[in-house]
Amino acid sequence: MSEQTTDTPPEQLLRISLRVNGVTRTASAPARRLLSDFLRHDLGLTGTHVGCEHGVCGACTVLVDGQPVRACLMFAVSAQRHEVTTIEGIGNDPENLSPVQQAFTECHALQCGFCTPGFVTTITAYLEDNPDPTPEQAREAISGNLCRCTGYQNIVSAVCRAAEIRRDRSDRTEIDQLVDLGTPDGEGGSRA
Amino acid sequence: MKPGPFVHHAPTTVDEAVAVLGEVGHDGKVLAGGQSLIPVLSMRLATPGHLVDINGVAGLDAVHVTDTAVRIGALVRHAGLEQHDEAATALPLLRQALRNVAHPAIRNRGTTVGSIAHADPAGEMPSVLVLTDGVLEAVGPGGRREIAATDFFLGPLETTLAEDELVEAVRFTRFAPATRTAFLESSRRHGDYALAGVAVAVDVADGVVVGARAGFVSVTPVPSVLDLTPVLGGWDAGAPVPDEVTDAVREFVDPEGDIHATADYRRMLAAELTRRALATATQPTPAADPASTTAHESVA
Amino acid sequence: MSTRQFGERVQRREDPRLLTGNGRYLDDLGLGALSAAFVRSPHAHARIVDIDIDDAWEVDGVEAIYTWEDLTGRVAEPLPVLIPHPALTHPRTGYCLAKDEVNHVGEAVVMVIARDRYLAEDAAQRIRVTYESLPVVVGVEAARAAQTLVHDDAPGNIAAHLLQEVGDVTAAMEAAPNTLTIDLEIERSACMPMEGKGVFARWDADEGSLRIYSSTQTSTGVRAAVAAKLGMPLAKVECIAPDVGGGFGVKIMHPWPEEVLVPWAARLLGRDVKWTEDRREHFISSSHERGQLQQVTVGFDDDGHLLALDVQFWHDNGAYTPYGIIVPIITATQLLGPYKPGAYRVEFWSLFTNTVLVTPYRGAGRPQGCYAMERTMDAVAAHLGIDRAEVRARNFIQPEEMPYDHGLMFQDGRPLKYDSGDFPASLAKLKALVGWDDFAAYREEAAAQGRRVGLGIGCYVEGTGVGPYEGGHVHVETSGRVNVATGLTTQGQGHQTVLAQIVADELGVRIEDVHVTTGDTRRMAYAVGTFASRGAVMSGNAVALAAKAVRAKALRIAADALEVSADDLQIEDGVISVKGAPGTSIALSTVAVLSNPLRYAFDESSKAATQFAGTFDPDKPPVADDEEPGLEGQDFYSPTQATFANGMHAAIVETDPVTAEIRILRYCVIHDCGVMINPMIVEGQVHGGVAQGVGGALYERMAYDESGQLLNASFMDFLMPYASEVPHVETDHLETPSPLNPLGLKGAGEAGTIPVTAVIASAIEDAEGFPVRSMPISPSELWELRRMHAQSPVPVPAQEGSR
Repeated sequence: MSEQTTDTPPEQLLRISLRVNGVTRTASAPARRLLSDFLRHDLGLTGTHVGCEHGVCGACTVLVDGQPVRACLMFAVSAQRHEVTTIEGIGNDPENLSPVQQAFTECHALQCGFCTPGFVTTITAYLEDNPDPTPEQAREAISGNLCRCTGYQNIVSAVCRAAEIRRDRSDRTEIDQLVDLGTPDGEGGSRA
Repeated sequence: MKPGPFVHHAPTTVDEAVAVLGEVGHDGKVLAGGQSLIPVLSMRLATPGHLVDINGVAGLDAVHVTDTAVRIGALVRHAGLEQHDEAATALPLLRQALRNVAHPAIRNRGTTVGSIAHADPAGEMPSVLVLTDGVLEAVGPGGRREIAATDFFLGPLETTLAEDELVEAVRFTRFAPATRTAFLESSRRHGDYALAGVAVAVDVADGVVVGARAGFVSVTPVPSVLDLTPVLGGWDAGAPVPDEVTDAVREFVDPEGDIHATADYRRMLAAELTRRALATATQPTPAADPASTTAHESVA
Repeated sequence: MSTRQFGERVQRREDPRLLTGNGRYLDDLGLGALSAAFVRSPHAHARIVDIDIDDAWEVDGVEAIYTWEDLTGRVAEPLPVLIPHPALTHPRTGYCLAKDEVNHVGEAVVMVIARDRYLAEDAAQRIRVTYESLPVVVGVEAARAAQTLVHDDAPGNIAAHLLQEVGDVTAAMEAAPNTLTIDLEIERSACMPMEGKGVFARWDADEGSLRIYSSTQTSTGVRAAVAAKLGMPLAKVECIAPDVGGGFGVKIMHPWPEEVLVPWAARLLGRDVKWTEDRREHFISSSHERGQLQQVTVGFDDDGHLLALDVQFWHDNGAYTPYGIIVPIITATQLLGPYKPGAYRVEFWSLFTNTVLVTPYRGAGRPQGCYAMERTMDAVAAHLGIDRAEVRARNFIQPEEMPYDHGLMFQDGRPLKYDSGDFPASLAKLKALVGWDDFAAYREEAAAQGRRVGLGIGCYVEGTGVGPYEGGHVHVETSGRVNVATGLTTQGQGHQTVLAQIVADELGVRIEDVHVTTGDTRRMAYAVGTFASRGAVMSGNAVALAAKAVRAKALRIAADALEVSADDLQIEDGVISVKGAPGTSIALSTVAVLSNPLRYAFDESSKAATQFAGTFDPDKPPVADDEEPGLEGQDFYSPTQATFANGMHAAIVETDPVTAEIRILRYCVIHDCGVMINPMIVEGQVHGGVAQGVGGALYERMAYDESGQLLNASFMDFLMPYASEVPHVETDHLETPSPLNPLGLKGAGEAGTIPVTAVIASAIEDAEGFPVRSMPISPSELWELRRMHAQSPVPVPAQEGSR
């Protein structure tokens, strides 16, 4: 080891405030902090995973204003004006899965689970715009995310199954509301 | 793989942005969508001391469709332009090409102007801009200037933009209403940079081609246009594309080989894609729905 | 009646947690830990002249900088040769940090530890290492030519040389009416899990103990290796594999330099230290596999029966050999697949190159072996004009010949003896699934439309479930919760589900009550690891044995309590009852209470086990001489040899007549892994394996230039397939139970990957009409092959023998 010499001045920290999963969260971080790292290490939202840090694998996909975006290709400081939704915002309760999460377990669409949050965010947003995809469209919809375990086949099935669950739940919600004006069952998949 | 330190500037007007660019000079980079820039920073292939983040600059996110052009501001995202129905109707080639730009998550963040200013020969939109005889609107300390797309690109990742200038907007010139277009590219994987790609614009009068031009992706050092009218003029739209066309393309393009494909393969591919794009563009189906003429799938 | 779980498509127990952002992967741990980054060699072969770290210290937040000079004790010694073998005549391993010399791009030279990763990289960037370049060896041909050497004292760049022969190949070849010789090439790829490697170490100064979390396929291996390197008692080191984001082999290699250095630094600094590998590091400093050159000479009769098979191959083992010669041994033995080769001779050379090391990647040498054998089968069929499936069928080992001993030594040092399998049945199923006999008509129809299609086939046998052993521990809490522990690790194979299925059935409890822990040395100190498709076979049988022991104990205690014979008792849904008299029953949770005589009561249930509760025999001790307190049991499963799974794949591909783009139209799989615990999970393994195989056949390669730089060290240029590149896989199963273990299991983890390269090569060859001898193949390469064959229109499919 060498002796310590004069330090460079510490990097300037910014106070970064983000709307994440409907809540305003604030932390100090330098301007270069990637959104993925800010979510994971500064806010403790470790459900967003980092697989390549160059925007190809899609594991870190989060929703920014409802649209899928690579969190590794955005600085936290740039996300301040936007609404960010992570996997925790799609559904953080293992007992109460969103339609996409439910479909993933039914269809065995995950193995190691590392890429899964990026798929779930991507598919959740996709189904908002395309509620009834064909298997071909489902395959296209997930073709910007890498998975090394599943071979994608069951993920394609899960996209179609999630569309069904969404419809079932929204039908049921309407019936519930008509019948007893009770609380609709928690559709964890609805986007913030 | 983490970016090196930089000072983050967040101007709110174009003038402010230009002023900061003037101050930081060579040590500054403009951050718009960041989809090409941030990987470069994370890999520390570049370590600029200053980032001029224009995302807070008002008025740069508009798409204007006029009688002659589609003008898009520097903050219009690929996805925003792709989904802009008025733009797609005015210039169907925009949507046809944009669907080939990477994947939706990248298009949601990446800006069309940014990818043009980046001047990657593998970018789709520089070629489209050149094929439409488009114009860049740049702002610098000395004021605003317009740069014809054909004068903008100097080489791979190299342009005539000064380091204290910002591209505020680009204008894609609209084609005549009867002009038919198609975009085709072939990449190793869906969403990858193309091994070769082509945008074609064909003018047909009474079922006969009266003009045809093609712009290329990944097979020329700078986006450039091949006028195919001499070899295609008078051709019956819908008949098999004559071999003279593919010969002309093979002669025109100047691809390089890399780990994904040989130069000869890319040359062949550019020619074949052009043939197929021309066939697609001149199919008898009218282009009422701009999406209907989109040929964005790879060939296979 | 409780529902039997074994054999059912049970949804995975681990999913809800992983789906909701509640997984805990390596980098999710240790918030606030110091972060390590490495200066890695930019040269493939160089001498280190000087390392200047002064400038790096100027970065605010730097805590430590280490070079080899700073390493202490055994940490400064070379890394271990994990699997020695007599044929490995020149084993070489690197150091944790390079000493004097670097032998591949990416080799770690300096470790920086700082407050966070950003700062650690800032400091790493400021470190100047002066190198003196040395000549570089890249690729098998250069290694074989040995114009220059990777290691001066390894002549010919040969790390290992092995020859095995069964029968008299020379005589059999001379007597064969037909012979062919074919030269084959297969390139490098890599496991490329979505989560790279990572290590997090926590030094407990009060206890003098170390806890290591590693994204590993073997926590017991890492624990033992680190304890040895750091000179610590094993009892003071624990290792846990948390959620692991994929392994595929690269994480069975251990200890990686970082797995030693990070704990070492944590102890030295008295601080939590973490290293999370980034993708670029993964490409250049984690291992690769597959690269081989092969030459096959085959002798056969006029009906296509093999009479002699003579194989030589040259295996690229990279710069070091920590994992021994496991990969080429597997190629050499598993090459035979379902066939009887006649006389067989195989000889290989494992060669050093100045590239990152080569250790098992899913399939582990089998894809190369299958490729060699199946290309040979196609060549024989083409030579004789016999249907390709028929040639294969004629050479199959028949079901009645099982167990079948090839007379060779397998990778585990034990005989290559197939336990079971019905190859003719598998082939019949495959032909039906893909429509083998209808393909000629389909091809004609396609040709009429100007389309070019081809059909390919590939068959393999896979040794799975190798020893030496795994253990199972089953513990029933007084709440009725059943804790199951096994020592091997999990990277997505669903062990928490399949092992719970087994225990639920064996013990007679609800699967919801069963909780499985894997890869935690605190819970199971004796284990080997997850590799070679062994998880279900080894730990499945181990936990079944452990559950049986617990069941027997529970029945003994219940029999006492109910005053009946244990033989008359049954357990269903956690309740022990007398067969035929369901009213007489006792809950398993109560038995758990009774199993542990107590002095102190903590809650209602424990009251029942205290010394003044109930009746007891004053002449007997509370815990009988031959009993232990608690309702738990442990057992180990150790097989005499591997089980042998098998499968057959077929694909239909279309090649664009102009652009040579290749599209897989159909992909069909027949898979036999013995009895399936959970068919849903088995199919998932097959799908994933096929996708990786497709990557290896058409997209992935490691593109090194002549100077040893990896040109495509990113996901932009290393073309791992997206969903858009992977075909829909049609699967059908055959279940031929293994006679070797009580559950009849064989492994399924790697199967899907093994034959894909062979199948795709076969299909492209069929579509194009000329031989495909080098894989992977890109459209550009296929197009260039077409040009070559157009110029010399009489392609020679193989060198033919003189007879």
